Amino acid sequence: MTDAHLSPRHIPDRLQGRGARILKSWESLLLVVAIAIFLGNSLASPYFLDPWNLSDATFNFTEKAMIAFAMALVIISGEIDLSVASIIALASTAMGYAVQLGVDTPALVAIGLGVGLICGMVNGLLITGLGLPSIVVTIGTMSLFRGLSFIVLGDQAFTGYPKSFAWFGQGYVWWVFSFEFTLFVLLAVVYGVLLHKTNFGRAVYAIGNNQTAALFSGVRVARVKFILFLLTGLMAGLASICLTSRLGSTRPSIALGWELEVVTMVVLGGVNILGGSGTIPGVVLAALIMGMVTFGFGLLNVPGIVMSIFIGLLLISVIALPILWQRARRRLAH
Amino acid sequence: MKIMKSLMVTAAVAMALMANAAHAENKKIALVVKALGIGFFEAANKGAQEAAKELGDVEVIYTGPTSTTAEGQIEVINSLIAQKVDAIAVSANDTDALVPALKKAMDRGIKVISWDSGVAKEGRLMHLNPSSSPLIGNMIIKLAADNLPEGGDVAVLSASATATNQNTWIAEMKKVQGNYKGINVVTTVYGDDLADKSYRETQGLIQSYPNLKAIIAPTSVGIVAAAQAVTDAGKIGQINVTGLGLPSEMAGHVKSGASKSFAIWNPIDLGYSATMIAYGLVNGAEAKPGAELKMGRMGTVKLDDNNEGAMADPFVYDASNVEEFAKIF
Repeated sequence: MTDAHLSPRHIPDRLQGRGARILKSWESLLLVVAIAIFLGNSLASPYFLDPWNLSDATFNFTEKAMIAFAMALVIISGEIDLSVASIIALASTAMGYAVQLGVDTPALVAIGLGVGLICGMVNGLLITGLGLPSIVVTIGTMSLFRGLSFIVLGDQAFTGYPKSFAWFGQGYVWWVFSFEFTLFVLLAVVYGVLLHKTNFGRAVYAIGNNQTAALFSGVRVARVKFILFLLTGLMAGLASICLTSRLGSTRPSIALGWELEVVTMVVLGGVNILGGSGTIPGVVLAALIMGMVTFGFGLLNVPGIVMSIFIGLLLISVIALPILWQRARRRLAH
Repeated sequence: MKIMKSLMVTAAVAMALMANAAHAENKKIALVVKALGIGFFEAANKGAQEAAKELGDVEVIYTGPTSTTAEGQIEVINSLIAQKVDAIAVSANDTDALVPALKKAMDRGIKVISWDSGVAKEGRLMHLNPSSSPLIGNMIIKLAADNLPEGGDVAVLSASATATNQNTWIAEMKKVQGNYKGINVVTTVYGDDLADKSYRETQGLIQSYPNLKAIIAPTSVGIVAAAQAVTDAGKIGQINVTGLGLPSEMAGHVKSGASKSFAIWNPIDLGYSATMIAYGLVNGAEAKPGAELKMGRMGTVKLDDNNEGAMADPFVYDASNVEEFAKIF
């Protein structure tokens, strides 16, 4: 750029054209990775391209992805919720306890969602009401919620869920499309619209980019954040219903360590861990990638630790590549 | 796009055919463990490979999650179902949570058994226990008697007074006591599976019963503490400590002579037997109450009303083999 041209200047309303922006986006990179993994899996194992096998494989990620959608919004707003896996445990324990009292399926669902909401409310109140950092609060509630299930259950398990309850984690809506997968698709659309097409979604981005500016622009920061923690709690409750139904039993160690897998999914999906940017399609792709990698490696009987290493490398490279690319371009421009 | 798709499908079908042709005669048996990287299960895999070698037309897939979670094991089971393995032999992380996944496997024609750590009845065809309470009860007193040809006073150091396993084993031991002439069980004390309490209880035994010849500790914590107490009291050679223990913890005491021998399951035999049973079921054997299933060199296992069976006597470890197994578990 030089100042020599003072004559009529074209000022673009966008920095890049729509097509160029989509091509260079994180999501298209993820899409390429997803397609590569899909092709690789198809070639590596003769069992991969089977509708029923693929359908079974979706259970690897659907429950985590439900939470990841809500978690994406929380992280975009600059916060984090590490208590989600413990909310699953507590909601599952509450449902298991209710089963012992003879409660039937509809009420069980209400209990699962209700406990999720209450846990989310506890997190939300502590964070927005008292102004505590979310990472500290949710590390605390992570121990608290799971601790409560350990007190109730110890080394015991709740079983004997009603037959109709099994449908949520083991039932199919149509052909190979399980209830969980259908729910995953529906929630992807709902969260996509919520984040990208509504005022609420814009507020989430605004808070994540500059909380003070958002506050002075009339965004009700505390209320938005409170709603976000309610949503993650609710999603954890929903995931708890699906997982409990799929396992047909409850133990206090249920979903142990899932909070990190959910956060990994969100970050792999291109959500900035510091807040401010990220998209739902990115998270959807990340969920598919993680599911396919787990299943593909499983088909080849690769030990699980290799999968963890692969996901780790994938995460680092997907984050590092765009940065390296930008640096290389800047160097070339000079 | 359409061409690509049909090409891909063709390639996949071709690969599937090739894969089927290559493995047409090989039965695929999956040995699913609680988690990879645990010595006990690596040893079980060794036994499974031994069985595969002996059978010839078997491919053993040794697999499991990275951490001992039910969810991880379900992912593994799902991928085994997808690979259309012939049999799954699982040591379960959760008695109940694996049932739906394993039921699905059985619906698709896969023979499912559990071993070591069992699955609820609906989730498997049979369960292989490493041993049974009568066999354990008999073994612990036999170990003491074998080293006491002239008989003598024997005391029991148990875990807690309410420990179900130990109480059952001691009750079974007392049933067969008559078979061992001259063996006089003087008392049972409780160390609560705490190292220091077990140590003090042993000291008490040594003082109260000057003619004590052996201590039976059917608990891995108790046996180590008792051996240490005997060593510290300078009674090596006079009092023999035996019972159930882990080779890695007992190797030193066997070497010093505080314990002449002790017993516990042999993971190699367990993996071997599980593979043999799974192979039998794949080839038409039926798992039902009263049935006797073949386990190769380990003989047969008879199923009870819950379709459970006991593999064998606990395996005896002494100076000749304890070093080798200490490396395993």
